[in-house]
Amino acid sequence: MIKAELARKIYKSDTDWGQVQRQITLPWREAFRISYRNVIMRLGRAMITGAGIVLGIAFLTSVWTAKVAQEGIDRYEAQSARAIGEDEGAMAPGAEEAKAEEEARAARQTWLVVMSLMVSAVGITNSMLMSVTERFREIGTMKCLGALDEFIVRIFLIESIVLGFIGSLVGALAGHGIMLLVYIAKQSGVAAMMNWGEMLLYIVIALGIGMFLSLIAAVPPAMRAAQMPPAAALATEV
Amino acid sequence: MARIECPECGHVEETTGLVTICPNCKADLRTVMAEMGHRRERLREVAHDDSMTTHEYIVRTKDLHKIYKMGEVEVPALKGVDVNIRRGEYLSIMGPSGSGKSTLFNMVGGLDKPSRGTCFIEEVDMAQLDAFELAWLRCRKIGYIFQTFNLIPVMTALENVTLPMIFAGMSSDEMMERGALLLDLVGLGERLHHKPYELSGGQQQRVAVARSLANNPAIILADEPTGNLDLQTGKEIIDLLKELNEESGVTIISATHDLKMIDVSDRVIHIRDGQVERIENRADIDLEVGTLGQ
Ligand SMILES: Nc1ncnc2c1ncn2[C@@H]1O[C@H](COP(=O)(O)OP(=O)(O)OP(=O)(O)O)[C@@H](O)[C@H]1O
Ligand SMILES: [Mg+2]
Repeated sequence: MIKAELARKIYKSDTDWGQVQRQITLPWREAFRISYRNVIMRLGRAMITGAGIVLGIAFLTSVWTAKVAQEGIDRYEAQSARAIGEDEGAMAPGAEEAKAEEEARAARQTWLVVMSLMVSAVGITNSMLMSVTERFREIGTMKCLGALDEFIVRIFLIESIVLGFIGSLVGALAGHGIMLLVYIAKQSGVAAMMNWGEMLLYIVIALGIGMFLSLIAAVPPAMRAAQMPPAAALATEV
Repeated sequence: MARIECPECGHVEETTGLVTICPNCKADLRTVMAEMGHRRERLREVAHDDSMTTHEYIVRTKDLHKIYKMGEVEVPALKGVDVNIRRGEYLSIMGPSGSGKSTLFNMVGGLDKPSRGTCFIEEVDMAQLDAFELAWLRCRKIGYIFQTFNLIPVMTALENVTLPMIFAGMSSDEMMERGALLLDLVGLGERLHHKPYELSGGQQQRVAVARSLANNPAIILADEPTGNLDLQTGKEIIDLLKELNEESGVTIISATHDLKMIDVSDRVIHIRDGQVERIENRADIDLEVGTLGQ
């Protein structure tokens, strides 16, 4: 039996609906709370989704770490060479070859970066797409509860940035760390030879790329889902 | 008691519905009786139209059609449905699988657009509403309950119940208090912070019922609310809905296969092949049940 006083509290008898209104809100604070909850609560699932991001960004960062480390080593060797044989005059015959080799390596580097960007893009897009499609029903439900299309988009926007950031950070640290270890094994003093300002810049760029890619991978499908009539979103089986 | 005139011999019989054969000439009286029932129904409806303002109908559908297009094939799911639903009534929509119950539910709830015809909620034509107004309607005026509960999996019971209140712009404190109150109302006062997967099906559906009441709606729409529940749990949900209906006057519209629903319904609309087959009133149902009991 419903307790009488409880019931009285809940049903406002004076409800007068009058005109249909249009005031519907989702404060950013609430949106952020919901999104954050979603990422944290689904951490297991998010890790799998995030794996695409982590791997992609790890690859990218490792390539860049290798580049910075190699450059550091080269600089160091060039310096020592100059220190040793300063008066050996112009390094006449080897110069041409060295230059060609330098160029080839630069091309290889660019190719690797492009490749790793593509790997990131595919991995991230794929996983974000999956994570949106498996939540169509949830999107439909939210719309039944009164969510505007833009609320859905807002929630996914925040979520993809948060997930993109966490995934990229883990990926960047992993990719950087592993590659650094490889170089340390090769030349133990490499850390001192590297240009850390440049390295940091690359890591920041990698984070930006990861967040951006997960954003553009998640928001368009979320938008599409949000624009569907709720009935269709609810009926979607994944 | 009704007076029935035999179409064969003109004999007039007073009957409660038990006598179906003319005692004079043994002609079958059932068709005549069915027609009379139908007329009585019509009369009652007309009477209602006259005696009450049209606003007494909280939902009206007019010539509602829905055609699903699947590539080249067109599947007509609703073929001209006109129903008037009274404020405060408990209405069940029954019909075989595929008859169009869920489709009707979606149209009335503003979850999909009809191919033709329209649906009025409190005399507001839903086809005329923009996205904001439609969202407002879904948020404030209608509460939805689904067969599959459709709770947000990562949110606790309380968060699920308060989500529509966020959209309605309620303050955080008020939200928490009302959410807890609602969950208490449905008997889950101890489970505020449980996630859906930590709750049984029946408990999840209770959360959904509480959520449907979040913004004190005028209508609760339920699509097979007991479809995924066992007999006993289903019964509990039905009783809960009935109680809400009686205590708060909220209009309940429920699509169902569940015969237990008939017991609590004020009216039952039978749908077949996308059309209203017949409408049963409480009084008639009582009569039937009474007759069967004799
Ligand atoms: N999204 C859709 N696309 C195509 N056809 C659909 C769609 N939804 C429903 N239908 C068709 O419309 C008809 C009515 O379906 P509806 O879901 O309304 O039936 P129902 O009465 O709710 O059945 P059930 O009792 O099984 O839930 C069916 O023939 C169904 O195949
Ligand atoms: Mg159905």
